[in-house]
Amino acid sequence: MSQHLLQPLQAIGQAVMFLLRALAHMRLTRYQVGETLRQVYFAGVRSLVIIVTCGFFVGLVLTLQTYDTLTRFGAADAASTVLALSLFRELGPVLTAILFAGRAGTSITAEIGLMRATEQLDALDLMAIDPLERIVQPRLLAGLIAVPALVLVFNTTAILGGVFYAVFLMGNDPVSFWGSMQASVELGRDFGHGMLKSVAFGLLASWLAVYFGWSAKPTSEGVALATTQTVIATAISVLIIDFVLSAFML
Amino acid sequence: MSAPSPQHPAIRLENVRLSFGDRLVLKDISLNIPAGQVTAIMGPSGCGKTTVLKLITGQLQPDCGRVWVGDVCVNELSGRALKAFRRNIGVLLQNGALFTDLTCFDNVALPLREHSNLPETLLHHLVLLKLETVGLRGAADMYPRNLSGGMNRRVATARAMALDPAIMLYDEPFAGLDPISLGVALRLIREINKARSITSVVVTHDIDQVPKLAHHACLLADGVVVAEGPPDALRDSDNALIRQFMRGGSDGPVSFHYPAESAAMEFLGREVAP
Repeated sequence: MSQHLLQPLQAIGQAVMFLLRALAHMRLTRYQVGETLRQVYFAGVRSLVIIVTCGFFVGLVLTLQTYDTLTRFGAADAASTVLALSLFRELGPVLTAILFAGRAGTSITAEIGLMRATEQLDALDLMAIDPLERIVQPRLLAGLIAVPALVLVFNTTAILGGVFYAVFLMGNDPVSFWGSMQASVELGRDFGHGMLKSVAFGLLASWLAVYFGWSAKPTSEGVALATTQTVIATAISVLIIDFVLSAFML
Repeated sequence: MSAPSPQHPAIRLENVRLSFGDRLVLKDISLNIPAGQVTAIMGPSGCGKTTVLKLITGQLQPDCGRVWVGDVCVNELSGRALKAFRRNIGVLLQNGALFTDLTCFDNVALPLREHSNLPETLLHHLVLLKLETVGLRGAADMYPRNLSGGMNRRVATARAMALDPAIMLYDEPFAGLDPISLGVALRLIREINKARSITSVVVTHDIDQVPKLAHHACLLADGVVVAEGPPDALRDSDNALIRQFMRGGSDGPVSFHYPAESAAMEFLGREVAP
C-alpha cells in the first residue's frame, strides 16, 4: 500500500528535480535563441493544422449545441457569449495543451528518447557539451512560447467556427453576435486568465515531454512507453491544474 | 605490432569495484594503460569492457577504488572540472552517435564551435582537415543517414578527435564492419595514434585484429583482469580461459549455455543416466 503511494510521489519528485536542474542549466546564447526559434517552428508552427482544424470544429459544435438549447429559452443571442467565455476561460487553453501534447509533446519525447537510445546524449556529455542546455532548454522554452500562441489561434478559429454556424448557416444578425460577445467578455478576467493558464499549460506540456524523453529507457519499448506517458500525464495534469487555477482565478 | 619502449601509465585503475544493483561487474580490478600506445581491452560479452571506458570518462562512479588519468583522479571530478577533463578525451561510441539532423561537417564542427572562438573560415578548414584524415572530406555536406555504418563511425572518429585529445577511447570500433571498412578503421586508429602520439584504448571482440592493432592487451572476464601484456604473448598463453577466448572456442571456462536445469529434466521430466 505504502509502495503504491510512494511511487507516484517519487515520480513527481524526480520530474520536479529534473525541471529545477534544467532551469539551473539555462543559458542565453545566440545559439540557444536560434535553436529555441527552430523548436518553436517544429512544435508550434507545425501544430497549426491540427489546432486550426480542431478549433474550427470545436467552435462549430459548441455554437450548434448552445444555440439549439438557448433558442428554447429565447436567448439565442447569448450563444456567442457562452462560446467566447467557455473558449477564453477553459476550452482554448485546455484543449490546445492536450492537442499540443499529442502532436508536439510526443514528438519531443520520442526525439529525446531516441537520442538517449542512440547514445547522442552521451556523446554530448562526452564532448563536454551540456545536454540539458543543448537539447532540453530550447524545447522547454519552445513549449512555453508556442502553447500561448496556439491558444490564440485556437480561440480565433473556434470563434470563426461559431460565426460560420450562427451567422452564415442560421442567419443570425452578425452585429448582435459580435456585440453580445464584446459586451460579456472582460479582457483581464476572461481573456487574461485564460492566457495565464495557457502559459502554465505550455510549461507543463513541454516539461513533461522533455522529462519523459530524458528518462525513457533506451529501448524501442522504453521510447514507446515514454510517448504514451507524455500524453496521459499531460492530459491528466492539465485538467487537474485547470481546476486548481480556475478555483483561484474565479 | 611491435611494442614501443615501455612507458609510464596514462590511465590507472586502482582496486576498482563496481556493481549494478546486486550484480558485481568489476571486482577490485587494477589496470595500467601505458601512455602513447594502443591498448586493447578484450573479454566475453558483459564482462565490463565498456564499463571500464565509462569509468575512465567519468560517466560511472566506482563503488570503491580510484581511476587515474595522468595525475587526475577522475572519480573525484564533477561539474566544470569534469567538463574540462573531458575536453582532453575523445570517445568513439559503439554506433557513432552522430546527430542525425546535422551534416557530417556540422557534426565534426560541433565541439569546436562549443569550445573555441575560432573564426568561421578557420573552423571550416579545420573541420575539412579532420574529415580528410578519415577520408570523408567529400561527404562533408551529407547527412549521416546517407552514409554506411562504417563511414558514420569514421565521421564520429573525426568528431572525437576534433579537439585534439590526448587520449582516444574506441568502443567496439570494428563491430559489424565489412572487411574493407574494418581494414580502414584499423589503419585509422593506428595512424591517429602514431601521428598524434596519443594514448588509445580500444574495446574489441575482434581477436584477429588485436595483434595488428595493439601494443598492449588486457583480457577481462568475470569482473577481473585475467591477463595483460603483449597480444602475441596472450595468444600463446597456457591459461584455459585466455586460450578459449583468443582461439574463439565454444568449450572452456566460459560456457556456451546459459545456466539452466538439465535438458533431460526440461524435456523428459526426469534425469537420464549417462
